[in-house]
Amino acid sequence: MAEENKLKYSPKDFKSDQEVRWCPGCGNHAVLSAVQRALAELDIPKENYVFVSGIGCSSRFPYYMDTYGFHGIHGRASTIATGVKTANPGLSVWQITGDGDALAIGGNHFIHAVRRNVDINIILFNNEIYGLTKGQYSPTSEKGLVTRTSPYGTVEEPFSVGELVIGAKGKYFARTIDANVTLSTQIYKDAARYKGTSVIEVLQNCVIFNDGVHENISGREVRDDRTLTLRHGEPMIFGKNNDKGLVLDGLKLKVVNLGDGYREKDLLIHDAYETNPGIHYMIASMRYPEYPVALGVIRAAAGQTYEMAVEEQIRSVGKNSEIKCVADLLKSGSTWKVG
Amino acid sequence: MGKKPQIIEREEVVIRFSGDSGDGMQLTGTLFSDTAALFGNDLSTFPDYPAEIRAPQGTVGGVSGFQVHVGHKEVNTPGDLADVLVAMNPAAIKANAGWIKPGGTIIYDENNFTEKNIEKAGYEKDPIKEEKLDNCIIIPAPVTSMVREALKDLNLEPKAVLRTKNMFALGMVYWLFNRKFKYTDEYFEKKFKNKPDIVKANKIALRAGYYYAETIEALSPKYKILPAKLPKGVYRNISGNTAIAWGFLAAAEKAGLKLFIGSYPITPATGILEELALRKDLGVISFQAEDEIAGICSALGASFTGRLAVTSTSGPGLSLKSEAIGLAVMAELPIVIVDVQRGGPSTGLPTKTEQADLLQALYGRNGESPVVVLAASTPADCFHFAFEAARIALEHMTPVILLTDGYLANGTEPWRIPEMDELPVINPPFATPGDTPFLPYKRDEQKLVRSWALPGTPGLEHRIGGLEKTIKGTVSYTPDNHELMVKTRAEKIMRVSGSIPDLKVQGDESGDLLVVGWGGKYGYIITAVRELQMEGYKVSMVNFNYINPLPGNVRDLFSRFKKILVCELNLGQFAGYLRMKHQEFEYQQINKVQGQPFTINEIKQKCYEILKEE
Repeated sequence: MAEENKLKYSPKDFKSDQEVRWCPGCGNHAVLSAVQRALAELDIPKENYVFVSGIGCSSRFPYYMDTYGFHGIHGRASTIATGVKTANPGLSVWQITGDGDALAIGGNHFIHAVRRNVDINIILFNNEIYGLTKGQYSPTSEKGLVTRTSPYGTVEEPFSVGELVIGAKGKYFARTIDANVTLSTQIYKDAARYKGTSVIEVLQNCVIFNDGVHENISGREVRDDRTLTLRHGEPMIFGKNNDKGLVLDGLKLKVVNLGDGYREKDLLIHDAYETNPGIHYMIASMRYPEYPVALGVIRAAAGQTYEMAVEEQIRSVGKNSEIKCVADLLKSGSTWKVG
Repeated sequence: MGKKPQIIEREEVVIRFSGDSGDGMQLTGTLFSDTAALFGNDLSTFPDYPAEIRAPQGTVGGVSGFQVHVGHKEVNTPGDLADVLVAMNPAAIKANAGWIKPGGTIIYDENNFTEKNIEKAGYEKDPIKEEKLDNCIIIPAPVTSMVREALKDLNLEPKAVLRTKNMFALGMVYWLFNRKFKYTDEYFEKKFKNKPDIVKANKIALRAGYYYAETIEALSPKYKILPAKLPKGVYRNISGNTAIAWGFLAAAEKAGLKLFIGSYPITPATGILEELALRKDLGVISFQAEDEIAGICSALGASFTGRLAVTSTSGPGLSLKSEAIGLAVMAELPIVIVDVQRGGPSTGLPTKTEQADLLQALYGRNGESPVVVLAASTPADCFHFAFEAARIALEHMTPVILLTDGYLANGTEPWRIPEMDELPVINPPFATPGDTPFLPYKRDEQKLVRSWALPGTPGLEHRIGGLEKTIKGTVSYTPDNHELMVKTRAEKIMRVSGSIPDLKVQGDESGDLLVVGWGGKYGYIITAVRELQMEGYKVSMVNFNYINPLPGNVRDLFSRFKKILVCELNLGQFAGYLRMKHQEFEYQQINKVQGQPFTINEIKQKCYEILKEE
């Protein structure tokens, strides 16, 4: 879409002069280039982008972007991003975070940012492991995973990012795979345009400490049969030969083979804008092997953003108040004169 | 009866209103203070209430008090001992027995001195006798039955009738001090705009109390306190928390910036957030965060975009904010952190006063992490120091911690309202796009301050964060670079001393004893020192408001006194700090950690002791 990029950026305009220090083969490299591609295709002046991060491998991201950037402290990126966006709603604010940063130490901030619906774009790199501290289990690690701090396997149930987002009254949730740069670029652009907190879960590979964690769904041979890429207004169809789909069977989703008494028109049509979160929750929760894993924009319901509500309140209170400057305030109420 | 009451002219009087937390004692005290202020008295107040919102009725734990000290001369403290105690129940006697002046006046609601209540307060039969308060002037008043009688024609609910008991008591005190009803009547009319019955009931109760006191006049002397001689100007009563909020608003206006507060409610600091939340009309963005950390981090995000960013808290919250303050040190962003100190450690004594967060403010972070630390002295000068904290943060690109305490936060005093022209303009070091690439950690040579580049400005894109950086903003683990940056950040803070005033001595510039205080205990110390000076002792006082860096004239000043006594409500934190910074002097200490301020007498006794040595 040539006309959308009136500002004529190319991805390399968003590359900083810093040497990228992620491990060779790390999924983060692909995320970085997808984001740079998306930004080049958006109609937002470069100086209006702010990238905020917490702590972790992915949180080095802002250093590699030639935009405004703030590398924060562990778990607190949502709070810094909330401050940036609320203080200056004209900025395009992106939060870069990981499964440990956002869901363990920063879990509280994450759900509250989502609940408030601050217009920030949260890219959550989910590799189901702590990379920077060299291989401990995270809140999204599969139950039983053997790591340095779970030598006999974890005994905890993992979080599912989508379930958490929707449970926290989230209105936008998308999922992609690090290596799928085309889909990722589309999602980042869509998220940037969406007004509200958008959470994008990136199924990302940690080549050192959790290599192949998503391989059973993202592998070249299997991905078409084990993932379902959603598009708003289109039927929920998937498979190498586009021969499988989803229907609602009672209160549950069911995978059906086209031809076995099902035709394409029997399949569910994806409505990302539906405000009722029920179906989105079911789709976000789908796990292989029972279901394909949903990719794409799963939920994008409209809602008022926090910073706009704040601005509106300031405007309306200001209009009706007799206090227009600090001097008015200091002299308001009971005062008396001496001398 | 028929005998004219004795009228005593007094320089100052301390009145304490005390009752159950539901008795409305805070309002009673506030109305009395405002009336006194409008009359022209100088005054200082302190509300003393339990941490529990509604502790069991009639128990000592549930007693809520409000003390006000009014005077014809300068008033610096809410006062030690009360001349007049209003006790709504026996528990109020129990809670205050040690705080009544010998010969003082006690007004109590005799209807509430039932066997059950007397027992609940821990007495056997007669609280006055058991506390040996017989030397006081005791005025039992049937407050409850009198308001019932006075309001019987209004057909109010019994509960609403009982709620006016405090106004009956206030009416009695108004008679003692010969005060007018006007301000209080106006308050009722405004507060209960849509409830004419309640306005009427309160007005009747107030007058019933006044006339009851007049009827029994022979029982107590009336007090006459002439207006104080305050400098010319327009005045208002102000609490420390409100003054802090307004100081920030003034600083934002003087810097041409919008104000952002990110905070989490915590006693006794919440009033600052509440006050700023009201000020949407002045464009304030008030963000009630999900926790203390989110409070400061959201403020840091706002600071990054070019707002005057502040966060308010109390001790436990300051602990939680430590890591983020370290980030602000590293990122070199302006932010003010207000710590309204309370009794600690941990949850401690949330509604009581202490000065034990000093070392936490100075050093409570990992690494070499210098920040500017200021402390306000009185409720009204909280305005000035909030303004100063913001000025220093913005002009020196640094976090500033401002210490107050629960007494300053909730206490009030008259404040001369400044004209905005009297306040200096604040000039933050904004970056402008130039021909060369922007270097985030390039500094001006004089102050070592980096410039502030705001997102949205083309050409100034840059990255900051908690990792050690070079001047360019590149992450660097180089040993020499780290040492250079650590030393530069420390030196930057030291150079703030170039923009702060010298310490001022209260009293002679040299003498036998220098009494040293810091922050909010100023009023108690200065009152004690003035009394000692009147008695002929060569004693002077200094109160530190600038803690880090210290003012430049400390050595010169300290060297002109034979002895130095440091007074603080902790185990000696400031004394220890002074020993480190100025080892050449010997410091004596007076310390107290009871959740209560010093009494003037305690300070004087310590001074006598020191002056007697040798």
